[in-house]
Amino acid sequence: MLLIRCPYCETERPELEFRYGGEALLERPKDPALVSDDAWTAYLWTCKNPKGPHAERWRHVHGCGRFFNAARNTVSDLIVSTWRVDDSPPANFDGGGA
Amino acid sequence: MTQPFRLPSGGRIDRARVLRFSFDGRAFEGHPGDSLASALLANGVHLVGRSFKYHRPRGIVSAGSEEPNALVTIDRGAGRMTPNLRATQIELYDGLVATSQNRWPSLEFDIGAIGQFASRLIPAGFYYKTFLWPPRAWKHLYEPLIRRAAGLGKAPGEPDPDTYAHQFAHCDVLVVGGGPAGLQAALAAAAQAESVILCDEQPEPGGSALHDPARASELSDLLAKLRALSHVRILQRTTAFGMFAQNFVALAQRLSDHIEPSAASGPRERLWQVRAKRIVLATGAIERPLVFPGNDLPGVMLAEAARIYANRFCALPGKRIVIATSADSAYEAAGDLRRAGAEIVAIVDAREGRPIADDFNVIAGAIIDTKGRARIEGCTVQLADGSTLPVDCDVLLMSGGWTPNASLLSQARGALRFEPILQTFVPDVLPPGISCVGACAGDLRPQGDASRPIHPKAFVDFQNDVTSADIALAVREGFRSIEHIKRYTTNGMATDQGKTSNLNAMMIAAAERSVAPQDIGATTFRPPYTPVTFGTFAGASRGELFEPVRRLPSHQWAKAHGGVFEDAGQWKRVSCFARPAETMRDCVNREVLTVRKKVGVFDASSLGKIELAGPDAVDFLNRIYINDFSALAIGRCRYALMLHESGVVLDDGIVARLAEDRFHITTTSGGIGHVLQHMEDFLQTEYTDLRVWLTDVTEQWATFAIQGPLAGNIVQSLLPDAGLSQASLPHMSLRELVWNGSDLRLMRASFTGEAGFEINVPSVQGAALWDTLVDAAERLDGCAYGLEALNVLRAEKGYIIVGQETDGSVTADDLGYGKMVGARKGDFVGKRSLSLPHLAAKGRKQLVGLLPLQLAQTFEEGAQITQAPHPASGTHALGHVTTAFWSATLDRFIALALLEDGRARIGQTLHVPMPAGAIAVQVTSPVFFDPDGSRLRG
Amino acid sequence: MQRFSFLQLLRQSFRNHEGWEPQWRAASPKAAYDVVIVGGGGHGLATAYYLASEHGLRNIAVVEKGWIGGGNTGRNTTIVRSNYLFEESEALFEHSMKLWEGLSQALNYNVMYSPRGVLVLAHNTTDAQVIRRHVHANRLAGIDNEWMTPEQAKDFCPILDISRNVRYPIVGASLQRRGGTARHDAVAWGYARAASALGVDIIENCEVTAIRRDAGGGVQGLETTRGEIATRKIGLVTAGHTSVVAAMAGLRLPMESYPLQALVSEPVKPVMPCVVMSNSIHAYMSQSDKGELVIGAGTDAYTSYSQRGALHVAQHTLDALCELFPIVRRLRMLRSWGGIVDVTPDRSPIIGKSPVEGLFLNCGWGTGGFKATPGSGHLFAHTLAKNEAHPIVAPFGLDRFRTGALVDESTAAAVAH
Repeated sequence: MLLIRCPYCETERPELEFRYGGEALLERPKDPALVSDDAWTAYLWTCKNPKGPHAERWRHVHGCGRFFNAARNTVSDLIVSTWRVDDSPPANFDGGGA
Repeated sequence: MTQPFRLPSGGRIDRARVLRFSFDGRAFEGHPGDSLASALLANGVHLVGRSFKYHRPRGIVSAGSEEPNALVTIDRGAGRMTPNLRATQIELYDGLVATSQNRWPSLEFDIGAIGQFASRLIPAGFYYKTFLWPPRAWKHLYEPLIRRAAGLGKAPGEPDPDTYAHQFAHCDVLVVGGGPAGLQAALAAAAQAESVILCDEQPEPGGSALHDPARASELSDLLAKLRALSHVRILQRTTAFGMFAQNFVALAQRLSDHIEPSAASGPRERLWQVRAKRIVLATGAIERPLVFPGNDLPGVMLAEAARIYANRFCALPGKRIVIATSADSAYEAAGDLRRAGAEIVAIVDAREGRPIADDFNVIAGAIIDTKGRARIEGCTVQLADGSTLPVDCDVLLMSGGWTPNASLLSQARGALRFEPILQTFVPDVLPPGISCVGACAGDLRPQGDASRPIHPKAFVDFQNDVTSADIALAVREGFRSIEHIKRYTTNGMATDQGKTSNLNAMMIAAAERSVAPQDIGATTFRPPYTPVTFGTFAGASRGELFEPVRRLPSHQWAKAHGGVFEDAGQWKRVSCFARPAETMRDCVNREVLTVRKKVGVFDASSLGKIELAGPDAVDFLNRIYINDFSALAIGRCRYALMLHESGVVLDDGIVARLAEDRFHITTTSGGIGHVLQHMEDFLQTEYTDLRVWLTDVTEQWATFAIQGPLAGNIVQSLLPDAGLSQASLPHMSLRELVWNGSDLRLMRASFTGEAGFEINVPSVQGAALWDTLVDAAERLDGCAYGLEALNVLRAEKGYIIVGQETDGSVTADDLGYGKMVGARKGDFVGKRSLSLPHLAAKGRKQLVGLLPLQLAQTFEEGAQITQAPHPASGTHALGHVTTAFWSATLDRFIALALLEDGRARIGQTLHVPMPAGAIAVQVTSPVFFDPDGSRLRG
Repeated sequence: MQRFSFLQLLRQSFRNHEGWEPQWRAASPKAAYDVVIVGGGGHGLATAYYLASEHGLRNIAVVEKGWIGGGNTGRNTTIVRSNYLFEESEALFEHSMKLWEGLSQALNYNVMYSPRGVLVLAHNTTDAQVIRRHVHANRLAGIDNEWMTPEQAKDFCPILDISRNVRYPIVGASLQRRGGTARHDAVAWGYARAASALGVDIIENCEVTAIRRDAGGGVQGLETTRGEIATRKIGLVTAGHTSVVAAMAGLRLPMESYPLQALVSEPVKPVMPCVVMSNSIHAYMSQSDKGELVIGAGTDAYTSYSQRGALHVAQHTLDALCELFPIVRRLRMLRSWGGIVDVTPDRSPIIGKSPVEGLFLNCGWGTGGFKATPGSGHLFAHTLAKNEAHPIVAPFGLDRFRTGALVDESTAAAVAH
């Protein structure tokens, strides 16, 4: 069970209080009607799914209820840092490859 | 004479008390402090089990949790039968009943042992090469025979009445292993740390010091110091069995199996989940057997085990002992056993650099054979010059050296390296926060290696009957990876998980492949370290605690009034309210007709409810739902659909506007969790410009539907001063009122097609209001109705249920709700996907009604729809039936279906193939009753 | 290939089993191949075997970064069934089922396919509706699957508790009699042996480090830890790691990798004649020939390549099984392990061409790939050999995510009221 630091509650809590929210930093097209099927479905379905550092979303569902972002290494499962959705990711974080 | 092999003094048993126990029906005696194994040895019993494959007689090999052979079933009364327990770990209590396993009719005369004679024919992997013909024989003949012969003990036949507990703990330092190294590590840690937990799998701490008289005072000194420290917690009978991410360790504590059943109380076992800042592994080392022909006879055991039995348990394994070794530690065993009264016939040492021990008959050589049937009687020693020497003995001890017990380290992704001086693997790379001390770290007495002859009777894995010849065969057949060899031979896959066999197997494989042991590598250790009871994982999570039960406000009333309950998610909902002597179908028909003709009340409290507030509420709704809410007036409601971003229907419900910036929203009963997650997701991470707040108020409001031509009468009598009329509260509108001193939200809405209302009151008022409503309904010849009647009422009107008419592939247009999409508003969740080729394609499945052409014919939900009356196997289905039922209103069977190009097929005749034959159906509109909705307006 | 038979076993037993040959050749990579299969699991080995046996290709290599069958092939709960809902899935898994039925004989290797029956339990009205829909769809497709009352289910599997007063009562079940289990390792080894005999090079300890492409973007070859290999056609069959290898060709896929755990009990004498699955409780269990109860858990909540699941996930599975089979509460977990599964948005596999010329995909089998092993290999071999998708796998192309024609079996079981 992972220990996850909620950047809103500013406390480290067990994984059971959280819900995983998939890849972070995805940008929904500003006006979906203007993008092609390819661009839309790429946004909708494709994932980086990297082996290594991964920027991902978690929600402190049994806590403050807030979504936040986390940088986790998907090989060791170690969470390097967490940050609020309106903050920037850590400077040295590569976001999970190309 | 009882206990003929019991030593007169010393040790850690309490001779003052005698414990009676039975093994395979024979009565024996032992003492407190004994294990079942030590008590059996004190009584001269060595034969305790039969091996898995060849059913060979087997004795006690070890004195600990690494034991491969001595597995027994312990019977503690009804439902308390436990198979496959190690006699070496079972603490003796008065009245203990143990039986041997995997033998028939008895341990001494086991029919299965004829397998031995076929052993030449059934080496490792034989089953992959035969049983191929005839093809059906595998299922009907060979496999049943193999299954019957396999398995060890019998599974319990009754539910387990015992309870299990869970505990979470945090500590600065967790020390695993209570031997001298672990105790010292705990003491050292305690000087700095605020909290220390030490766990140890044995009944008392001490580890190897428990059988080393020279260290007795050191041990009691250490324990006294530790026990004086309040921040050190010592857990006995507690095995650390699993290492998980971020120093999360699982421990299994055995609480009551060592107590006689009549005196045992409380939970049987406890699962500890410990988060430690630092972990010290002091898990010791495991002695390896030697690999030689006949090394599996009862009476052949590990040298240190014999020392443990003599020194700690005062049970002498034999009187004439031969010791075969490649490790110095065996000489200490020899000394202690001689002092205990045994004759050390010879020490056979395989090493060049063996120690000088003039007081023993030390022979340079190796054992090449043993004799005896169910107990060793002698062995043959091959000397350095090649000559052989027969030696008589009643016990043959072996020590192939020690292997650091690195199972937990391996689980934690630590790495091992081969240490040539010790001829074994030792810890190399330690994960962060984990350290090893003592023998586990490779701190071992001098030891070397012995040869491992390839022979079909030289056993490596005793329990699974894997021999050195099997490993050589696997290598010969091209299995090179140690993981392949393990799987092909099953070495290390028995209930001991290869604690005594893995290293020998690796060394044989390395030699056969002519590669260095380092290059062949170790197999991965997997949790648990030793087997852990399923019940321990489950803990208190059983029955209602396994999954919470949610009950409606009307639950008690329903129980008293014939309510037939059904599970829907966590809710207990009521299918119907059956009257005496009423069949379920009669009951549903009565409830349906009562609603259509008079009035019915329904407990809809399980509906999800969300309170939405904020200045941008309308904007948010417009982006989440397909509908346009811009023009929704205060006090008005709208049926609304929500899509997944992929364009398919996610949920539906009613959105009611309470104020300019406040809405009352309902969701499906099962949908509230994911709908709220969906809304929050968009609100927090996508529509961050919107000032809107969402609150789940499902538990705050009790919700009742009052439906039928007389519904208005009930509401009028309930709220006489509200002045409600069709004009002041039209269909799909809402009013906030007060009833009985509480807030009340009254909505004119219908899920039945009848004029009706939905009333929300605070949950605490729910039961009272329900009683009032049922009373009022019954005075008007109305009744309470259940889920089944609701399902019929709504389907007669063609109203959908998300999850029944939808299945994750259905769009709003498929349901006939395409017009609900707000044409003038901008983007909303799922909109873009609606123009993807497949979603915009012609010929999609659409919601229609079906009527069987012959009135008496019925079919089931889920039935398929075809063009032809007698479809050939593999015929494409045009659709399927989503809802099918007897309509009491129409007095006929009707159904809803999703059908390819369904709206264009209205009027066609199609077929529903059922097992007894196809049923011809006519495709109709999904609205069977009151299509123009005149009844809604009362 | 040295034939396996009882007579051969007898003959070898008189020679102390000295005469057995390696089951497959330990090959080293050649400079070039017509087709290279990346991934030596069951699906990859089966693909190579059918390429050689049915399409006459001989110059084929299977490259495996570790040891063959060491990924999900060796880590699953070995369930075989074809009672899927949608016609596309039915065709795919039934094709596989038919191959299972003669596989031991075809490969001359006992893969222990044991059609002992797969029982799927219904615990409430919604379950029953969903399961009945499967039964009807399967009957129309000619796939055996039958509805059973609780009493009939208990007759078939006596350790079921069908009393009504439990938290999750059994209200009915479906049974696919031809469903069952097979021996996972044997499937990998049997295909490897048969493929090797047809000249396929099986190259272990050979990890792909890069995919080389020509000026037009087409596949040119592979770089591996054992040197460069030239090829114009690559079949990517690397369950769990597909995203990682596909990224070497610049591809980003609709796929996430999740940990999936399984576990076994200590062996006991036979108590379970069949496979039992409960989708509501998220648990499934069968008993191996050795006597171990084989138990599958759900995937963990977050993506990971750690091959290590969380304790609370396994715990929840065991809670559920103890609830379903109260007599197992006293049995003990012997061994647990984790695999990495590729999960696509619609939980169905991706088989076929990729946008990169010469790169073919066979991935995304999620938690249920083992049962598809023979069919997947057979149909993928066709696709590779003919340069176009076999009709059965055509609906499972990558393109479906662009058109929206998803094949989503999982949401057909959606619980909502």
